[in-house]
Amino acid sequence: MHTQTDGSALATNVAPQFDDAEQQARSAVLGMWVFLITEVLLIGTLFATFAVYRYRYAHEFEEASLELDVVLGTINTFVLLTSSFTVALGVYAAKHGKQKAIVANLVITLALGVVFLCVKGIEYYAKFHHHLVPGPEYHFPGTASPVGHQTELFFTFYFLMTGIHALHVIVGMAVLAWVLKLALARRFSPEYHTPVEVGGLYWHFVDIVWIWLFPILYLINRH
Amino acid sequence: MSAATLKTYVLVYAALIVLLAATVGIAYIDLGTPNVAIALAIATIKSLLVMIWFMHLKEAEHIDWVFASAGFFFLLVLLGLTFVDFASRP
Repeated sequence: MHTQTDGSALATNVAPQFDDAEQQARSAVLGMWVFLITEVLLIGTLFATFAVYRYRYAHEFEEASLELDVVLGTINTFVLLTSSFTVALGVYAAKHGKQKAIVANLVITLALGVVFLCVKGIEYYAKFHHHLVPGPEYHFPGTASPVGHQTELFFTFYFLMTGIHALHVIVGMAVLAWVLKLALARRFSPEYHTPVEVGGLYWHFVDIVWIWLFPILYLINRH
Repeated sequence: MSAATLKTYVLVYAALIVLLAATVGIAYIDLGTPNVAIALAIATIKSLLVMIWFMHLKEAEHIDWVFASAGFFFLLVLLGLTFVDFASRP
């Protein structure tokens, strides 16, 4: 998929190491899965560390979690699940050669990505406003300082995990914007749509990470 | 190896939204310890729905399954050894 220089023969170009276009496309998909394994382990270390401290400081983490906005968190989960759905529809459209549907679904997905980041921004702003950002200004409402320090640890995890996730959303949007550019140039066909497929895989991974972040950060002590 | 239809995608999406509503709703009911287990179980089901249908593992070749499973296996090693360490400290 990197062999084209003038872009005129994108659909027919097969790199010399592959037998045919189909094998080349399958290799690209497999390569993305390999990359996603490394991403799972990157995020996995954070989940493992979070789990250890969540059980060690169970009470403090549960108190701190109540400061998060469940409504905004739920909205963002809905937004990302919907964007995964539209990416899946985009790949489906590419497989069936429906050019307009590819473009439409990618545009909707990118718009949902923007909505997600805006909601995340509103949440971050509220945390700064309420002195819940770890650092010298940190102050947890209504508690003595020892509890404060352990709730601060919760917010360190919160910003680290959602921050790395947000970075992945931004990278995913850059990838999908590039796929959209190719779609607008009508580069995809039922025979060749590897960038849609592979970009979609990455976006779904970002969605799955949020599927886990939402319950462990927002929902741990709501009853 | 049968290809997914539009109807499949709509059904999977509907299931994901129902599970989202379920996980939020159940979080507000006090069940004690099962609360965490249910939340993690729902997250597992949602992830599998996305992987099997949206990420096309349903239609994928065996080698893709092997790689996806390898990621899951390494994650279990990472989580398992970490928890065993902390659980077994005096």
